[in-house]
Amino acid sequence: MKPVKIYAVFIRQFYLLRGNYIRFMSAFIWAILDVLLWGFISKYLSSFGGATFSFATVTFGAIILWDFTSRIQQGIMTAFLEDIWSQNFINFFASPLKLPEYIAGMILSSIMTGVIGLGLMAGIAGLLFGYNIFKIGLLIALFLFILFVFGVAIGIMISALIFRYGPAAEWVSWPIPFVLSMLSGVFYPVSTLPSLLVIFAKIIPSSYVFEGIKSTLATGSLSEANAINIFIGGILSVAYLFFAYWIFIRVYQRNLKTGALARFSAENY
Amino acid sequence: MDNIIEVKNLVKKYNSFTAVNDISFVVSKGEIIGLLGPNGAGKTTIINMILGILEPTSGGVKILGKDSIKDRAEISKNINFSAVYAHLPLNLTVYQNLYIFGLIYEVENLKTRIEELLREFDLKKFRNSKAGLLSSGELSRLNFAKAIINKPCLLLLDEPTASLDPDVAEQIRTKIKEYVQKNNAGVLWTSHNMREIEEVCSEVMFLSRGKILLHGNPKTLPRDHHKKDLEELFIKVAREPLEIME
Repeated sequence: MKPVKIYAVFIRQFYLLRGNYIRFMSAFIWAILDVLLWGFISKYLSSFGGATFSFATVTFGAIILWDFTSRIQQGIMTAFLEDIWSQNFINFFASPLKLPEYIAGMILSSIMTGVIGLGLMAGIAGLLFGYNIFKIGLLIALFLFILFVFGVAIGIMISALIFRYGPAAEWVSWPIPFVLSMLSGVFYPVSTLPSLLVIFAKIIPSSYVFEGIKSTLATGSLSEANAINIFIGGILSVAYLFFAYWIFIRVYQRNLKTGALARFSAENY
Repeated sequence: MDNIIEVKNLVKKYNSFTAVNDISFVVSKGEIIGLLGPNGAGKTTIINMILGILEPTSGGVKILGKDSIKDRAEISKNINFSAVYAHLPLNLTVYQNLYIFGLIYEVENLKTRIEELLREFDLKKFRNSKAGLLSSGELSRLNFAKAIINKPCLLLLDEPTASLDPDVAEQIRTKIKEYVQKNNAGVLWTSHNMREIEEVCSEVMFLSRGKILLHGNPKTLPRDHHKKDLEELFIKVAREPLEIME
């Protein structure tokens, strides 16, 4: 992998954001709206005091972190979609750009939007609602890392899905964060789910993160059981990443054989 | 080694349909080879296999002695292309497009190279214009500037002058000929403009239904087949390929 080529994929996305303020705003407006909406909801719920106060503060933090995960996933997916929309596939895939470099470039651009979005949300949460997302200390870095890896994995998987079934498959990608947030226990403990869905929750890395956050915030420290759970979440997220990469490569190889790579456009599907 | 590209027994099948059927040819340094044939004859399929974005069913393509699929990233540094169906991102400026592709092709002294290209292709005044705002002639010049940004030894041009007015088409042809002379590069060129092919190509191959039917000098080939010119020969190949084969 050559950094200069990864940078080329990244800078393409950066130029797009910089060159159009509407596009720039659209990348962050949802983050701002989310934090405002949930900030007000949390403020209202906190007014009841006691257990409700604890629920509101924990959930508000979880929502900010989940937004970061979704933004990472969408950052990768939209970077990929840009190449479909601009019919730029041949220029990239017939160039010396290698697949890992292409994917790394997309990840880098998703970090750009994800980190700015997170910064904005954390800033607004702190300034307007007096909420400090970093109050759980260094553990936040660990949680963010697991969610980042998981977001990247989901972004690559969705891109592979679009790569395989064509741009029409794009619609599938938008509800996925909602489904995952439901199973990850962002808004409630995983135990709230019916037992069948709990099984699904157990194979989703983010569910371990959000259970960990809730427990840490409630008790003020990280228990041994929680540390194990976070470890499982970390391992799972890395496994998801490898699996997503493998799927993307398989789809690429298939498209190389079928000719879909050479003539990839909405009209062909 | 004078051969830049060696295509050997190349076959591409899509289920029972054979798009390219056992094709072999070479392109040497300084040569401009025309790949002609009616729509659907297999020209773009061949170009895509050479570019490494389509895997052959059998046979293979060697560029500078290396496999076009296995060593794609390595050989891609030395080749480039321009095709009517491969758009540069229209929402980026002329300069940004050249900069991004220059990085991908690892062009040395990139900024100087971009300035050279902007000057050579009369694109200086458009350097900060979005590519989508350019006329088709200006866009073709940008596409061609991108195609030679890495000074490739093999250029693949799939209808590079399609939809251009005669004046701009002539400018592009001149640029390509100059480039080949200066860099001793090889070119594989598809076009439906027979006058253009006669003017620039040292050799042509007529394709029909995935096979090479005729191969030779564009100036003498029509006469050899009792036709007035290349256009008449093209029509004959398109309408009665079996007769030609006989």
